[in-house]
Amino acid sequence: MSNVIVIAEVRGGKLKRPSLEAVTAALQLATASGGKVHAIACGSGLDAACADLASSGVHKVVAIDGPAFANYSSDGYAKAIAEQAKAAGAAAVLMAHTAMGKDLLPRVSALLDGAIVTDAIAVSCEGGVFGAQRPVFAGKATMTARAAKAPFCASLRPNNFAAASGGGSAEISKVAAPAGDLLAVVKEIVASGSDRTPLQEAKVVVSGGRGLKEPQHFKLIEDLAAAFGPGVAAVGASRAVVDAGWRPHREQVGQTGKVVSPPLYIAIGISGAIQHIAGMRTARTIVAINKDADAPIFKIADFGIVGDAFEVVPALTKAVAEIVQHK
Amino acid sequence: MDIVVCIKRVPATDAAIKIAADGKSIDPAGVQFELNAYDEFALEQALRIKDQLGAGSVTVVTIGPKEAQKELRDALARGADKAVLLTTDQWVYDGASTAAALAAWIKTTPCQLVLCGRQAVDSDNNQLPANLAGRLGFACVTEAGKLTLDNGTFTAERDIEGAREVVSARTPAVISCQKGLNEPRYANLKGIMAAKKKPFEESPAQLGAPAVEIVSLALPPARAAGRIVGEGAAAVPALIAALREAKLL
Ligand SMILES: Cc1cc2nc3c(=O)[nH]c(=O)nc-3n(C[C@H](O)[C@H](O)[C@H](O)COP(=O)(O)OP(=O)(O)OC[C@H]3O[C@@H](n4cnc5c(N)ncnc54)[C@H](O)[C@@H]3O)c2cc1C
Ligand SMILES: Nc1ncnc2c1ncn2[C@@H]1O[C@H](COP(=O)(O)O)[C@@H](O)[C@H]1O
Repeated sequence: MSNVIVIAEVRGGKLKRPSLEAVTAALQLATASGGKVHAIACGSGLDAACADLASSGVHKVVAIDGPAFANYSSDGYAKAIAEQAKAAGAAAVLMAHTAMGKDLLPRVSALLDGAIVTDAIAVSCEGGVFGAQRPVFAGKATMTARAAKAPFCASLRPNNFAAASGGGSAEISKVAAPAGDLLAVVKEIVASGSDRTPLQEAKVVVSGGRGLKEPQHFKLIEDLAAAFGPGVAAVGASRAVVDAGWRPHREQVGQTGKVVSPPLYIAIGISGAIQHIAGMRTARTIVAINKDADAPIFKIADFGIVGDAFEVVPALTKAVAEIVQHK
Repeated sequence: MDIVVCIKRVPATDAAIKIAADGKSIDPAGVQFELNAYDEFALEQALRIKDQLGAGSVTVVTIGPKEAQKELRDALARGADKAVLLTTDQWVYDGASTAAALAAWIKTTPCQLVLCGRQAVDSDNNQLPANLAGRLGFACVTEAGKLTLDNGTFTAERDIEGAREVVSARTPAVISCQKGLNEPRYANLKGIMAAKKKPFEESPAQLGAPAVEIVSLALPPARAAGRIVGEGAAAVPALIAALREAKLL
């Protein structure tokens, strides 16, 4: 069979947006492979998330639902998903390359003894052979690869596919979450700070670097991010300021931080070291504000302003806020 | 506790990458290689656990080229007890076949804990540890930024989107290590001398056919040339206009 499975990510009862991006990729593959798309979700209390999945354009939704799966367990979820994927005749299994996707999909692929590519930016199926494109060497090269083993598992970089909104009302079948011995299980989720927009899901990332001179000047960065409106922009940082202890590591963008590809990335007081660029070069539009006209960041920026951040950023924040408020 | 640390020799993060004539690999000429940065956290954590328990062993293993002797020797000099080099002359990029070969080797050796880096910075896979754990039937936590062991169980913390997950698990386990877990030590002269007498095994890796084949490796398309819209705060209106035109505002 040539069905394509999407492993959906549900947190706090809500379907995560990158899962809908995976649905888009799955529908594309299923069209080429002649199969159907089945979405599988794990958790406890999945009705709302499954309703969203059922109207996304998939052909079938499988909810592995029950108290035993109230908390994420990589081994528990992987085993249940692998069984369902086998039963569904999976030729391909897709999931978003999120914290959960990185933790879960490789284990599912091991249980299915399949092929796996991670952090894919494009997927394909030609003549029944699945393939993918993915950045390697921190984005300094792009690999085009094809599966030599089935099933083909792929995790997809967030913000690379449009979120599916296919409509329809797929059948939802419920499976009881198996009570069993779990090897690793989440016992607590601690929110980091406020209900901030996750860096990798943000539509706009505003990052600051050593050019801001002092940690408290990150207020400029936070204000600009806030000007885009609630839930739109996230704050990022260069490693220089993370190492200096100005910002937490979770905000670091780059080779040894997070890889982001938002529609808009704004680098402020960041020189553009190769390791930083590795984390943001796939952003659709890059804006750089730097007082040094020769800073390497300008080589990859679509739009640059040469100038003092302390002068330019407040003016930009004001202009953005005015536009956003009048929308 | 017997700990296995999986390490990889990779190009330095600031290396310029050129594609080889076959169009499927990189041209190694002029490229500096080093121990994968995240694997340093894995090694350091293993050494700390052994110190803390005052017992057990730390074995470093890699599937890689003969040249990886250098990184393994460095690990021995930092304090690992034993090194194992499973040789291959191919670039190791395929997570599934690599995990299968490592799992087969780990089954032959006493091991209650496998520590890995979160990601090898050449293939950028971020998949081997969880894949390996699946094959071994071990518990797994990836991208751990904090780890506390307690007699057969452990607690690990990992960053997720907008929050931190606290995971409770038990050994045997595979844990992949994120930056922030510890500050790696470097080898000192005494360590380097001691390393010379430590066991070092070398044999060909039993790698099956890759589950994923490389069709091509290419430099990414260069970003279209950008432009400086102006200088200082006076340039803000021009930037806003450009962003509106690009439908970003
Ligand atoms: C193994 C390894 C991994 C690494 N991983 C990462 C990573 O993941 N992410 C990362 O970011 N880095 C990483 N680095 C570090 C990287 O090499 C750089 O050192 C770092 O990115 C520099 O940060 P920066 O741009 O903030 O600082 P700098 O390079 O010091 O740049 C500061 C910039 O601010 C500008 N500036 C100064 N004053 C002003 C002002 N008033 N207004 C406007 N502009 C101003 C300057 O012109 C300069 O361009 C890594 C390095 C190594 C070796
Ligand atoms: N060839 C290899 N030999 C030994 N360990 C490896 C190898 N490749 C990857 N690893 C380990 O798995 C981690 C994650 O690698 P990857 O999944 O390839 O990004 C690395 O940081 C290493 O700890």
